[in-house]
Amino acid sequence: MKKIMSGNEAIARGAFECGATFAAGYPGTPSTEIMEQFSQYEGVYAEWSPNEKVAVEVAVGAALGGAKAMAVMKHVGVNVAADPLFTVSYTGTNGALVIVTADDPSLHSSQNEQDNRHYARSAKIPMLEPADSQEAKDFVKKAFELSALFDTPVFLRTTTRVSHSKSIVLLEDPEKPVKKEVERLDPVKYVMVPHNARMRRVAVEERMQNLRRYAETMPENRMEINDRRIGIVTAGMPYNYAKEVFPDFSYLKLGMVYPLPEKMIRAFATKVGKIYVVEELDSFLEEQLRAMGIKTVGKDIFPYSGEFDPGVIAEAVKRRPAKKVQLSPVEIPPRPPNLCPGCPHRGLFYVLGKSKTIVTGDIGCYTLSFMKPLEGLQGCICMGASIGMAHGLSKSLGTKGKGKVVGVLGDSTFIHSGITSLLNTAYNRSNVLTVIADNRTTAMTGMQQHPGTGLTLQGEKTVELNFESLAKSLGIPDVRVVDPYDLKGTRAAVREELGKPGPSLIISRGPCVLLNRGAARKRPFKVVEEKCAGCKLCLGLGCPPLSWKKYPTATERMLEERPKKVEGAAVIDPSLCTGCSLCEQVCNYGAIVEEE
Amino acid sequence: MPKDKATKSILLAGVGGQGILRASDIISLALMAAGYDVKKSEVHGMAQRGGSVTSHVRYGEKVYSPLAARGSVDIILSFEKLETLRYIDYLKKNAFVLINDEAVFPPAVNMGIASYPENIPEIVGKVFKKVKVVEASALAEQAGEARTANTVMIGAVSNFLDVSLEVWEEVIGKSFPERIVEFNIKAFMLGRNA
Repeated sequence: MKKIMSGNEAIARGAFECGATFAAGYPGTPSTEIMEQFSQYEGVYAEWSPNEKVAVEVAVGAALGGAKAMAVMKHVGVNVAADPLFTVSYTGTNGALVIVTADDPSLHSSQNEQDNRHYARSAKIPMLEPADSQEAKDFVKKAFELSALFDTPVFLRTTTRVSHSKSIVLLEDPEKPVKKEVERLDPVKYVMVPHNARMRRVAVEERMQNLRRYAETMPENRMEINDRRIGIVTAGMPYNYAKEVFPDFSYLKLGMVYPLPEKMIRAFATKVGKIYVVEELDSFLEEQLRAMGIKTVGKDIFPYSGEFDPGVIAEAVKRRPAKKVQLSPVEIPPRPPNLCPGCPHRGLFYVLGKSKTIVTGDIGCYTLSFMKPLEGLQGCICMGASIGMAHGLSKSLGTKGKGKVVGVLGDSTFIHSGITSLLNTAYNRSNVLTVIADNRTTAMTGMQQHPGTGLTLQGEKTVELNFESLAKSLGIPDVRVVDPYDLKGTRAAVREELGKPGPSLIISRGPCVLLNRGAARKRPFKVVEEKCAGCKLCLGLGCPPLSWKKYPTATERMLEERPKKVEGAAVIDPSLCTGCSLCEQVCNYGAIVEEE
Repeated sequence: MPKDKATKSILLAGVGGQGILRASDIISLALMAAGYDVKKSEVHGMAQRGGSVTSHVRYGEKVYSPLAARGSVDIILSFEKLETLRYIDYLKKNAFVLINDEAVFPPAVNMGIASYPENIPEIVGKVFKKVKVVEASALAEQAGEARTANTVMIGAVSNFLDVSLEVWEEVIGKSFPERIVEFNIKAFMLGRNA
């Protein structure tokens, strides 16, 4: 049967078809849908782990138990999981273990643009890279096959464009899962103390040599010899871009990007004239080709950053910009992503923005509040970093700082990697106010469950982490919960906690507005125009339904019977307003009221 | 396989929440059912939160890239007027421009620090000969369900695609819960005949 599938759906399908029964991951764009799709197949176990490190360790365990297991994450998740990854490369996997890394060229939804192919080389783990959804499904099967055959973890690398583009896939019947029987583990192989690890280090090298030989014959590495004047060496999605622009050139398409088939590459080089290496991000393939002594054209003409498309390749090779249509110049206001109408983060970050304190932020929807008009945080590096950064800032600023520093992060992010940092603020006697923006879900990636929600990925009821008692046991003396829809209460709590020395915690608790969209909607608010003083204070909330109507002429102002100094009035779009009442609370003139 | 073998591109543009991904799914399914190879691209995650959203749909005998190059798009299906301008350099000189007569103010306009360009269809019309404004929201109301504006837009683009009405009806029928299929078929026809 033919089906249009995203790369992510195809990976889940491929894993299911080849009898994988186990997957663990942490949500992260562009990887999230792999876990969501896989979890729905019959007879599989799938979990959201608290973070990627745990996910890999869990998947390692499942593989050691004889299963075909998969750990799934976005590119930066591999940083979190790097510790177990580098050493499971030594122990091997017994069953089969595939690590999916979804990279994000162009940073569509990420804090950096790292090229995770380097992990393959540094951890000595083979890596496959599909170019479309059909290959995504085929290659995940191949990855499981290689893992079992060579007793090694295997990376499957996608990029946003592979994960989130859709193309036609041929579905096949699933194989029956076969699990290797395991009684006890061999300690010499699986206890990585120095003596044992030294022996495994040798085994790793032998394995890589065997994989290099295997790479020469695997059909996923293939030559397409056409016009011999130009040969293109490429892998993954860029193959499609190049193929579209230059259908007649010769290609060496690499399905496995590490280790490389050196003999095949040399043979290709003798068959063609000029060699172009077409790869997004770093010159990972090109540097290896050059180390083989092969002359290449690559990053000297292709961009080192950002996602490619056929236009990027055509312009680089033809060395002239493509013809584009020009309109008469118009100012196009940007449309950045924004907090949703009724978002519980808005009230919290409105208060934090006005507090004039240093606020370090974290990864989540709320990161968007750094923008005008909220300007609610001033730093964001990675998951969980807010608390540690705030702690370091407060120590380094000392008494020169304007009182306490605030570290703010979401509930899922806190669980992912904030708990140890919160412990650190207690242990090292910090002057930090930690705020958990607890919206009861993993919102940015699309409402995934986590240990604080009381439900698992597969919908089972489970224990619900209690942030308040956790913080108390970590040694945080002051823990309080606020309602971010109550501006006065939130402001008072933040002020009070900032005034106290020592570590404290505020939990700003309001469920994500997208969680209960079906629930009875509150009545929207409206602006009573004759009461609006035109002060624009409400616009400082940056709420999408709120806009500004400027009176273009004196006559229009007079028609509305407004005083001379009033230049316009606020307007609320009732179709977007969720009735959260923040604007009513901000208005000093009583001009914003609930609709009847 | 329809007669047309060369790869063609449709660009859907608009604002998160307007149903662009659903619309591009439906268009892709219809093109596959009509015998084309199809690839499409879309955005998820942070890029989606009320921000500008695009989806590329590409079809032909054999499609390689799921992304269209700038200057190569045959049809733009714009769900929001301003977004037409943002992606105009993706279009070919003789491209078809279908614009939903709908303005969604970006934050800077809401805050009163930028203005929303006026006369967008006219600005576009100075360069592109084939511009059509679709009153998708009004037609969706007429279909009996305000949220079918994206299906109206599918109807509008269907006139330019070699896909039979039966195929469209079948794909739309499978893409929505049963109780709203009828509204969507109606919305599709209103867009097709607009």
